[in-house]
Amino acid sequence: MTTATLPLYTKKDFQTDQEIRWCPGCGDYAILSAVQSVFADLNIPKEKFVVVSGIGCSSRFPYYMNTYGFHTIHGRAPAVATGLKIVRPDLEVWVATGDGDSLSIGGNHTIHMLRRNVGLKVLLFNNRIYGLTKGQYSPTSEIGKKTKSTPYGTADRPFNPISLAIGSEATFVARSVDVFQTHLKDTLKKAAAHKGAAYIEILQNCNIFNDGAWETITEKDARSEHVVQLDHGKPLIFGKNRDKGIRLVGLDLEVVALGNGITEKDLLVHDEHHPRASYAFLLAHMESRPGFPTPIGVLRSWGDVPRYEDVINAQLQEVQARRGKGDLAKLLRAGDTWEVKA
Amino acid sequence: MSSTITTAPNRKREVVDRAVIRFCGDSGDGMQITGSQFTNTVALYGNDLATLPDFPAEIRAPAGTLPGVSGFQVHFSSNDVYTPGDAVDALVAMNPAALKMNLPDLKKNGILIINLDDFKEADLRKAQMTSNPVEDHTLDGYRLFSVELTRLTRVALKELGLDAMSSDRCKNFFALGMCYWLYNRSMEPTLHWLEEKFKKKPGIVQANRLAMQAGYSYCEATEAFQISYEIPPAKLHPGTYRNISGNTALALGFVAASQKAGVPLFLGSYPITPASDILHELSSYKDFGVITFQAEDEIAAITSAIGAAYAGALGITSTSGPGMALKTEALGLAVAVELPLVICDIQRGGPSTGLPTKTEQADLLQALFGRNSEAPIPVLAPSSPGDCFWIALEASRIAIKHMLPVIILSDGYLANGAEPWRIPAVEDLPEIPVHFETNPEGFTPYRRDPVTLSRPWAVPGTPGLEHRIGGLEKQDVTGNINYEPLNHEHMVRLRAAKVESVALDIPQIIPEGDPSGDLLIVAWGSTHGPITAAMKSHREKGRRIGHVHLRHLNPFPSNLGDVLKRYRKVLVPEMNMGQLVMILRAKFLVDAQGYNKIQGKPFKTSEIEQKIEEMLG
Repeated sequence: MTTATLPLYTKKDFQTDQEIRWCPGCGDYAILSAVQSVFADLNIPKEKFVVVSGIGCSSRFPYYMNTYGFHTIHGRAPAVATGLKIVRPDLEVWVATGDGDSLSIGGNHTIHMLRRNVGLKVLLFNNRIYGLTKGQYSPTSEIGKKTKSTPYGTADRPFNPISLAIGSEATFVARSVDVFQTHLKDTLKKAAAHKGAAYIEILQNCNIFNDGAWETITEKDARSEHVVQLDHGKPLIFGKNRDKGIRLVGLDLEVVALGNGITEKDLLVHDEHHPRASYAFLLAHMESRPGFPTPIGVLRSWGDVPRYEDVINAQLQEVQARRGKGDLAKLLRAGDTWEVKA
Repeated sequence: MSSTITTAPNRKREVVDRAVIRFCGDSGDGMQITGSQFTNTVALYGNDLATLPDFPAEIRAPAGTLPGVSGFQVHFSSNDVYTPGDAVDALVAMNPAALKMNLPDLKKNGILIINLDDFKEADLRKAQMTSNPVEDHTLDGYRLFSVELTRLTRVALKELGLDAMSSDRCKNFFALGMCYWLYNRSMEPTLHWLEEKFKKKPGIVQANRLAMQAGYSYCEATEAFQISYEIPPAKLHPGTYRNISGNTALALGFVAASQKAGVPLFLGSYPITPASDILHELSSYKDFGVITFQAEDEIAAITSAIGAAYAGALGITSTSGPGMALKTEALGLAVAVELPLVICDIQRGGPSTGLPTKTEQADLLQALFGRNSEAPIPVLAPSSPGDCFWIALEASRIAIKHMLPVIILSDGYLANGAEPWRIPAVEDLPEIPVHFETNPEGFTPYRRDPVTLSRPWAVPGTPGLEHRIGGLEKQDVTGNINYEPLNHEHMVRLRAAKVESVALDIPQIIPEGDPSGDLLIVAWGSTHGPITAAMKSHREKGRRIGHVHLRHLNPFPSNLGDVLKRYRKVLVPEMNMGQLVMILRAKFLVDAQGYNKIQGKPFKTSEIEQKIEEMLG
């Protein structure tokens, strides 16, 4: 007879009694639902989870998660979370952020948290618009976009968030979509299993200020033509009839039609552990090229880079092992001292 | 007070009770090391002392120019020392630029040692001098000793076979050796320091030793100096002493606070003058479990410390004015989420980048009010380098007990200035009790202690206490987001009352000097020394003067209003345009007069004396 371990939690355990104040139809609901069910599936004691956020629609996230939560200030969630994680490396710290919060006001903290490889899981809700301030363009808005603050169109070239993350030496970079629930949950689980910093761009719809921003990707009919799902060890194939693929040519990629002598064997086989940044960059920049699909899935996963908080704490332990625990009386008397007699 | 002892033929040794010596030269001449070595030696001998390092913001301005001049002043005595000294008894000037900048501070008939080798025409030009002061009678009123420091150092190091540049780097130690002879001090502590510091570079030890000994012997042999000085040890309070600077004292105070509280210390900091030494110092105390995080910017420095406090550490951040400005929004967050945090602002001259290496006290209003909306924060200020240790403990204690951020206002003068510090016994340090909430029964994140009004410290990872905090307005007790008008007013008043309640927890003010009378001097921070000295001389003349030096600037000690009424006049000297005086006038309706100096330099005793004279007539 075997005893099955009962799951600790259900999704319900991660829901709060707080009234959710996102607009009806917002993509954030789908992300919240996915995160709640993934947390339940992870079988980690509930008190170990902390959700830290900045400012923006997405940053209301912690209030709706029945875990520890900290709604901080605009853009600074990665820095708050870094302090928290250094002191308590045992905690599961997730950061909820948006394209404005993470890439504009908080851009500096984002890149530094990633290069340090702090063990944080960052959920970037990318809706390509400022929602909470009612409709200004964001650093991921497409160039020329007409918004409240740019009636004649934006002059800004947008950021490609996953490219930025790769350039910041992030050890785990992935992308999913709010409405691709299975894929989203699957991606979140992979992020949870990654030890170091994980940056997950979630393409999210803002049905009030930027409805249909990701339509070409989410639209049922168009989806398979415009999206290529990256799976480690699998060739890059897409298309309604799975009849197109991506091939490596020299230092570049090209889209090819399968058949006429071109088989799956000719296609690029995805390697999320590929040691070269150039590989992930090639994938990250496909979407901006005519005829290329948008990649979703794990672009990069480097498992062997030490976590920042572990390095910091190992240094503390190493010094304590070598010098012994600090003695305050000795410290105060360090250096040259002299006695004054009564 | 002086008496004369006759030593060798034609040599006299005069016993005096105090001396002020200043080393000045180019930033590359090692004046800070020379000064701190001299300081260490007189401290070990048992003199009371105060120092004033004064250096340019540029690491190396063009050699020999006026902006590149760096100086270090030491005042040491067999009696109490309150300030680094108004006027200088002995000036060591390594080049014409240093002479030009510092000569006005040398007393008439004071000792002046110059490096004659650096008074050539090109050197004079760099200092924008049209004639040579050594020849044009500028220096007639001083006891001038023109010494070929460069040549003599080269001669002394000849046998080491060094190149001219390496040899010339030791000329400051030749000058140091001369000063040891002049003030009759042993070279041992400096030799010891050299051996420790350059353990792995015996060549450097040897070269500096030879240079210093040559300087000493030069005085002994040449009879250039007819007199040397003896300053007997001071009668300090019995105990074990060390020499300490304000930034070191702050760092040690935080280590002590962390040990007393039994929680790890986390410093988030971004390098900035004159606060960086706190980061340097704390980064070496890993054996005490001290975590230092050099953040990507000032904002990450404070927000990481907030994250650490949330995790149950003693979170601190160190900065100076410009960094303080950047931390403003995060300070408001710390107020809103009611977590313990200590922010050290080591003030410097401003606005903007201002005078990075010069001292000022102009961030008081920023500390008190510089945040959006109503965001009160307790503010403390140390009064001397050694007091920085105690202020760090006091700030940590208040932050933890009352669950709120606390600001420490130190300044460049306290940070880099040094004084003898009586080392306390660990068991005499105040206790800092910490209670982490663990009981889920009836737990809510903003439930309050009835006296301190503090909320529970409930750290992530504690089973059953999962809760959310944030910068949005919240309902008291539950912490749930709440935008209701009356709730907001309640919360604003509550956060103010919480800060006010700290006044119940701090000592009442007892004025130094007279408990009532003609004049009360109210001040804060690094002005303590010159005020004490100035008040002393006026009281000796029979004037009834009191001095309140505020270590707690928010909230004030509860009896401050009463004390202010006991004197006919109130004077508030500050190194700003009148910030404390504005608060005192507003809060207590008292006709306090400001006395303001905004020159990047501490008050001189004589300046305060004069102002008192003016007020009391």
